[in-house]
Amino acid sequence: MSKLSLGKHRLHKSYFAFLGHRLSGLALAIFLPFHFLALGLAMEGDDSLDQMLAFTDNPIVKFAEWGLVILLALHFFFGLRVLLLEFTPWPNRTDPRLGWIVPGLFAAGFVGLIFIVQVV
Amino acid sequence: MGDTSKSKLEVRIWRGKDEGGFSSYFVPMRDNQTILDVVTEIQREQEPALAYRFACRVGVCGSCAMTVNGKPRWTCRTHVTKVAGEGVLTLEPLRNLPRIKDLVCDMSAFFQKWQKAGGKHVGTATRKDRPALVDITNPARVTANAAIECINCAICYSACDVVAWDKDYLGPAALNRAWTLVNDERHGERDETFDKSFGEGGCSSCHSQGNCTRHCPVEISPSESIAGLKRAAFSGLPNTGSE
Repeated sequence: MSKLSLGKHRLHKSYFAFLGHRLSGLALAIFLPFHFLALGLAMEGDDSLDQMLAFTDNPIVKFAEWGLVILLALHFFFGLRVLLLEFTPWPNRTDPRLGWIVPGLFAAGFVGLIFIVQVV
Repeated sequence: MGDTSKSKLEVRIWRGKDEGGFSSYFVPMRDNQTILDVVTEIQREQEPALAYRFACRVGVCGSCAMTVNGKPRWTCRTHVTKVAGEGVLTLEPLRNLPRIKDLVCDMSAFFQKWQKAGGKHVGTATRKDRPALVDITNPARVTANAAIECINCAICYSACDVVAWDKDYLGPAALNRAWTLVNDERHGERDETFDKSFGEGGCSSCHSQGNCTRHCPVEISPSESIAGLKRAAFSGLPNTGSE
């Protein structure tokens, strides 16, 4: 059987916001063990931590850090959308908050911009 | 309804149960035809063994829903011109329901979940009582009215990914029904319905994807109803004015 086109019902902003929230959360969960590994190096002594900190000055790592900040901001704003949707009354049945994907993307992009200006 | 177009419409229809394949049929493109018109024309003139389901043909009974070009739709109120941009229609049974034959699904699980969600109205008056005077301005009544016109078509159930992932999930329609009863002052088991809506496979399983609201043909928002149930877990049952 061709599974044709059975995904078309998902092509709307609300579903994309759901996907953005869950996938960013998954990516952050995958990153967390590495984060704890880096923190754990502090307990092994100055040298190993300094080596790790020197490694993070690498431009590629800086770029990855920027990506992490974006992911974190995305997860935060899409999560905020879910909380507002579920815990505050809806103005009407097509509550525009259902499709709050663009504001979430812009907000996350803005946070990423601040990271570039202030940190990098 | 005249045949005003020179072109033919290609209609690919799923034949069989779980195992099967698509068969193509060709019908004249007309100025004004619904998906259900097309299926009926094929069944009457080309494929008498084609199984599909319909009753009212005017968007009331909710029995003719199918998957049309990948999206669940009520076929009696969906015009071909709206969905067959390239002159091809692909028709399949609804998702998330056991298939019986061709375009017909077994709706049993869908309706059983209505019962499981506490969807049966329990009256509080007898036939000797006067008809209930319902205050239509009461906020709980307004909330119930916004969700009460469900036609049981299972389009939301078919569109919901959580139903696809979790066979125990009650689904958008059953939970929407529970929300209307929780807001109905005449319902004698508001607490019980509310508890059932939070039971196994209840509203806390909803991921707020919005597929149900997006596809509901009568413009109900099960997403909103499920959000209402979740909110009531913190704020208490809606005040129907009868307490």
